Amino acid sequence: MANGDSVSGPILAADGRPLRQSLARALRLQKLRALMLIAPLLIFILVTFAAPIADMLFRSVENAIVPNTLPLTVAALEDWDDASGQPPGEKVFAALRQDLLAAVAAKAHTKLGSRLNYEQTGVASLLRKTGRRVKRMEEDGDLAAQFAKIHKSWADPETWATIKRFSSAYTSGYFLNAVDAKLGATGIEARPENERIYIFLFERTLLLSVVITVACLLIGYPVAFLLATLPMRTSNMLMILVLLPFWTSLLVRTSAWKVLLQQQGVINDTLVFIGLVADDGRLAMINNQTGTIIAMTHILLPFMILPLYSVMRTIPPSYMRAAKSLGATDWTAFWRVYFPQSVPGIGAGSILVFILAIGYYITPELVGGTSGTFISNRIAYHISSSLNWGLAAALGVILLVVVLVLYWLYDRIVGIDNVKLG
Amino acid sequence: MTDRDRAFVAFDGVQKSYDGETLVVKNLNLEIARGEFLTMLGPSGSGKTTCLMMLAGFEVATHGQISLGGRPINNIPPHKRGIGMVFQNYALFPHMTVAENLAFPLQVRRMSRTEVQEKVQRALDMVQMGGTEFAGRRPAQLSGGQQQRVALARALVFEPDLVLMDEPLGALDKQLREHMQYEIKHLHERLGVTVVYVTHDQSEALTMSDRIAVFNDGVIQQLATPEDLYERPENAFVAQFIGENNKLDGMVTAFADKEARVHLDGAEEIGALAVNCQGVGFRTMLSIRPERVLIAEPSAPNQLQGRVVELIYLGDHIRCRMEVAGRDDFIVKIPNSAKHSMLRVGETTPIGWLTNDCRALDAA
Repeated sequence: MANGDSVSGPILAADGRPLRQSLARALRLQKLRALMLIAPLLIFILVTFAAPIADMLFRSVENAIVPNTLPLTVAALEDWDDASGQPPGEKVFAALRQDLLAAVAAKAHTKLGSRLNYEQTGVASLLRKTGRRVKRMEEDGDLAAQFAKIHKSWADPETWATIKRFSSAYTSGYFLNAVDAKLGATGIEARPENERIYIFLFERTLLLSVVITVACLLIGYPVAFLLATLPMRTSNMLMILVLLPFWTSLLVRTSAWKVLLQQQGVINDTLVFIGLVADDGRLAMINNQTGTIIAMTHILLPFMILPLYSVMRTIPPSYMRAAKSLGATDWTAFWRVYFPQSVPGIGAGSILVFILAIGYYITPELVGGTSGTFISNRIAYHISSSLNWGLAAALGVILLVVVLVLYWLYDRIVGIDNVKLG
Repeated sequence: MTDRDRAFVAFDGVQKSYDGETLVVKNLNLEIARGEFLTMLGPSGSGKTTCLMMLAGFEVATHGQISLGGRPINNIPPHKRGIGMVFQNYALFPHMTVAENLAFPLQVRRMSRTEVQEKVQRALDMVQMGGTEFAGRRPAQLSGGQQQRVALARALVFEPDLVLMDEPLGALDKQLREHMQYEIKHLHERLGVTVVYVTHDQSEALTMSDRIAVFNDGVIQQLATPEDLYERPENAFVAQFIGENNKLDGMVTAFADKEARVHLDGAEEIGALAVNCQGVGFRTMLSIRPERVLIAEPSAPNQLQGRVVELIYLGDHIRCRMEVAGRDDFIVKIPNSAKHSMLRVGETTPIGWLTNDCRALDAA
């Protein structure tokens, strides 16, 4: 379409100012008002949500503890070649002694120990032991030998290599850890087979989320279709039934599944009673992936039904009638006319369920056992039990990036403006 | 014309109830000839759309039989009836282009690609939408009138013998609506297709139809040509519903041949054509069209006095509201010609009409 502006130049308002500028001026007050209306919420979100998340994410690369606790050692280690196979010289040990004396006084050496222990096991106890004895060292003697006497690891160049590798204020160590890799002597290397867990957990989380989303769609679509085609009064009644789960606690619903699914539970008892399953062959439906899938499909189902319903409600019944009057069978009319128009609802529902599922925590924790837990359960573990917040943050960042990438892919393939909630 | 053509569409004792308590359609008997343009006209809730939906197959008749081309179709699903339909809001598939919309009925009939293309183009040409710019557009990118044409083309593209139209012009503005009325009428004349048209707009019905079935309360009140319906309404409802009508209530005092003497409530006695009055002593409603009232015409057999209450100048005619026989809603249309003397508000003037123009109907 021809653009009027490009032909005649900017249009001027009556006072000779460009029209665009005048309009912006006229709208400024309106915008200011709108901004003031959302200001309380914006500030609240920034302070209580955005800032803590940013801080948390920052921890995934933050490594200030090493250079802050061992400033002299880090500086002295710069001249040491970690590929030499030899422990560093006396100058570095002198610096280490000074740093440790200061650290012990500030009680910072144990924290440093747990930080470096993530990268090389044994460093925590090494630092604790050394911290106890560093005060009694003779300042003028052979420091390297004295340190080696406290713990033989000090003579091991690998210990020093680890310190040197993680001596900068920022580290990729947590992220490498989160993808089952580590920074070894020769650069990035995969962890040994038996230490790998996170890639596998990410894959399982994605796979189970897809399965749950598909299950929700398969179960939810017919329900939404029924709700949308029934007369308003009946459908409102049924809608309450769909919304009913929201009025009960998530914990209660999950626990109810425990009662139903366990080996001595209602479903197994019934199956045994009607003879479908032998008493000694009771199905294991809980504390595994099956349990997670069943419980989460149930819990997330309303999030699929609601967007589907609100989109389907807007599809007038006359379309199906028109298709039939034009000669289409019931199925053709549905597939070629109704279904394409319900795709925005499928998109909205699927995104909603998938994104909720991928970060779900409580249900997999309660009914997932070991084979049905998600990456979020691991993140929670690192936040509250192992206290390795850097790793938890790195896992969180990866999860966030995965979701954003999927969202971007979805936008490219389906188009996010095709999604609507009614 | 064979019997089968005369009763191409036949409703035979059809009844319809939604709730099992009230009948929406009461004992409908209607025969529609092949090639006819029949309009079902009536106020909302009169059962006309229900009849159309039963014919299309979207509603099931509670009782009675509907046949198409001599074949009962009660148990035939809609998609096998081969009836074209134009819906109130067009129901063009929003996710398909105009060409895809038109191709849909052909594709489900498994026609070849070239045949589909050819027929789509022909159908678009037929409704003056043959331009290349339209075929690739989505319905939302078309104006209301264009959507209407596409809907029409889609209902005709698979060459059905019968096309149903459910208030298809309701969403258009007045001028476009009138234009489309003529276009649909001409299309019908050219194609010779049978059309059953539902509307509540009487001028639309009068313009387009061969015959009009006036529905009220689930019953056909009168089935007649537009001319008959306007000139010779058979009951009070039709007289009131079609066109403008003056009514005068009274009692039949004498009855001879086709003429009834009626004693008006306003204390005068006049003659009227007995159409639908039960007999001496029964109440009746007299119907006189406003344009059939003669002003100051001594030759008219029925004379009353009318007092002018209101005059409205409408260009081609003057609309005069009068007080006659105790009622002040008596309308007279006076042609704007030099011959008529101007009336003034408050003036009393003799009015009259021919006995044949005053029809004695049932007292509604």
